[in-house]
Amino acid sequence: MAVKDYIRERFFPHLWCPGCGHGIILNGMLRAIDKLGLSKNEIVMVTGIGCSARIAGYVDFHTLHTIHGRALAFATGVKLSRPELNVIVPMGDGDALAIGGNHFIHAARRNIDMTAVIMNNRIYGMTGGQFSPLSGFGITATTAPYTNIDNAFDTVELAKAAGATFVARTSAYHVNEISNLIRKAILHKGFSVVEILSQCPTHFGRKNKEGEAADMLRRYKEVTTPIGSKAKKENPELIERGIFVQSQIPEYCSEYDKIIQKAMKGQ
Amino acid sequence: MSKNIKFIQGNEVCVEAAIYAGLDFYAGYPITPSTEIAEHLARRLPQIGGKFIQMEDEIASLCAIIGASLTGHKVMTATSGPGFSLMQEALGYAVMTEIPCVIVDVQRGGPSTGIPTHGSQADVNQARWGTHGDHSIIAMTASNHQDLFEITVNAFNLAETYRTPVILLLDELVAHMRERLIVPEKGEIPLVERLRTSVTEGVDYHPYLPREDGRLPMSDFGGVHRYNVTGLYHDMWGFPSSEPRVVHGLIRHLMDKLENRAGQIARFKEYHLEDADVIFISFGCAARSALHVVKNRQQRGERLGLLELQTLWPFPSDIVREKCAGARSVIVVEMNMGQVLQAVKMAVDEPQKVFLANRIDGVFITPSDILNILRLIQGKGV
Repeated sequence: MAVKDYIRERFFPHLWCPGCGHGIILNGMLRAIDKLGLSKNEIVMVTGIGCSARIAGYVDFHTLHTIHGRALAFATGVKLSRPELNVIVPMGDGDALAIGGNHFIHAARRNIDMTAVIMNNRIYGMTGGQFSPLSGFGITATTAPYTNIDNAFDTVELAKAAGATFVARTSAYHVNEISNLIRKAILHKGFSVVEILSQCPTHFGRKNKEGEAADMLRRYKEVTTPIGSKAKKENPELIERGIFVQSQIPEYCSEYDKIIQKAMKGQ
Repeated sequence: MSKNIKFIQGNEVCVEAAIYAGLDFYAGYPITPSTEIAEHLARRLPQIGGKFIQMEDEIASLCAIIGASLTGHKVMTATSGPGFSLMQEALGYAVMTEIPCVIVDVQRGGPSTGIPTHGSQADVNQARWGTHGDHSIIAMTASNHQDLFEITVNAFNLAETYRTPVILLLDELVAHMRERLIVPEKGEIPLVERLRTSVTEGVDYHPYLPREDGRLPMSDFGGVHRYNVTGLYHDMWGFPSSEPRVVHGLIRHLMDKLENRAGQIARFKEYHLEDADVIFISFGCAARSALHVVKNRQQRGERLGLLELQTLWPFPSDIVREKCAGARSVIVVEMNMGQVLQAVKMAVDEPQKVFLANRIDGVFITPSDILNILRLIQGKGV
């Protein structure tokens, strides 16, 4: 099917600004789903609040646009109650790792079979450009007018430490990687995390003099490199892209089925 | 015929009744004095093929059951004051998105940590107004185990009937008390199952278009109808809308679907109201002491009556007004600073005849506490 077959055209135009990276990620996500040949009826997309969260309205799946930071908690209820469904949870950086940080680490720890896609533009876009826990030291935001003194999380390291069994990262510049990584993340049996560096020219770019959308995208090409590349050895500042973790441990819903068997046997 | 008689704790009654009602998904977080509900369900649910999950906090617990309700399950969470405070945003989400669920709040002393192991009835207004924005809500309560069983089943029935969260406002005293329960036979209490849409695949399904009777048929996530659920103001497709007509219609619908049916939703019990001179209005644990006073004093020829409320919200104003019309005084017996008192004063024609008999020190209000206040009101001194 074409990408537009997964879209609710009735609800367009979308509200993302010109140059926003989120549309690229949406496209990559839909191409991943198309390649997997999944039926639209078996996909549930759960989102929280923010620019990224509006993705739920635009796609022709079962869509649950919830409250700020709690998407993974809602998704946990959906998945555990009907494990045969594919649950995909796109989130923004603030949504996933500030207000939703606790749910994120616990979903990872549980290893419940869902795919978290973190669309990281390092800023709260919908509220007008405040710093997020992924903005990092030294950036400028409306709530950091004298520059930010909050350090950033490293999403990959956080996900690894919390026990996620599939952890990957790429950027909005690397469109084919987006769809490849999301496809592998959906196929992975367990909690999967894909961080995608996205650009917000309206707020982050403007405040931090990173230029227009195209400049910001070009920058992602320049500051990232594949995992373990020679470039990384020469310049440790570069951000690595690729799959950082891919391991198999018992998945939560499957383990719960065993609990049911145990409990029924004891009856 | 031998009946299934149990001698159990109130929290366990709630568990057994929920299972009777069809509960098969529970998410929760431990908190005194509601924890036994989670403990019993962790054991009981997998025995019947249901699912139990202990979440990372109360926020996540309510969110998880809302997600599970959308896939077609009967769901519940249980908590106490502080946890109920944490749930308020998600509670508003369930109201707005009209997703059936049952939330048990076993009340303890507050605000804040208060007294976890002592009784209180001070969450009545939080149940009504805890989440932001105009909305209506159903809150139920019970004073003894037999009633608690039926009211719990009723809570599930109302959640399905009206597509709404229903709050079971228990208190520490009833929840931790052990007394006899005769477990109703299967079929003895009617169950309301989810109303699912008859719209077939390929035909446009409107998740938020009420039928003539006000009910909104649902479609399970994972089924043939793919639709959007959002906490934003939304149209009949569930898609965000800021159109004034849509917004107005939605708020009216959320209010009217319950407030206009307050009489149908109302559950109460009455004792000697017909010729009562003094009427006690009470609920939950406090109603036990009020009933004791009424029974005791009736034997001495005093004309005392009791109206025991089992539905607190929507407040049964018409019933309270009608029942209290002939009484010389009305005494609201509750373990808080007068939360139901205010609702009663608003309901009756002569608010100056309404008095409060309360305790707020974590100690169960006794019949003699109530008698002392009765004597004061009757001008007989203490």
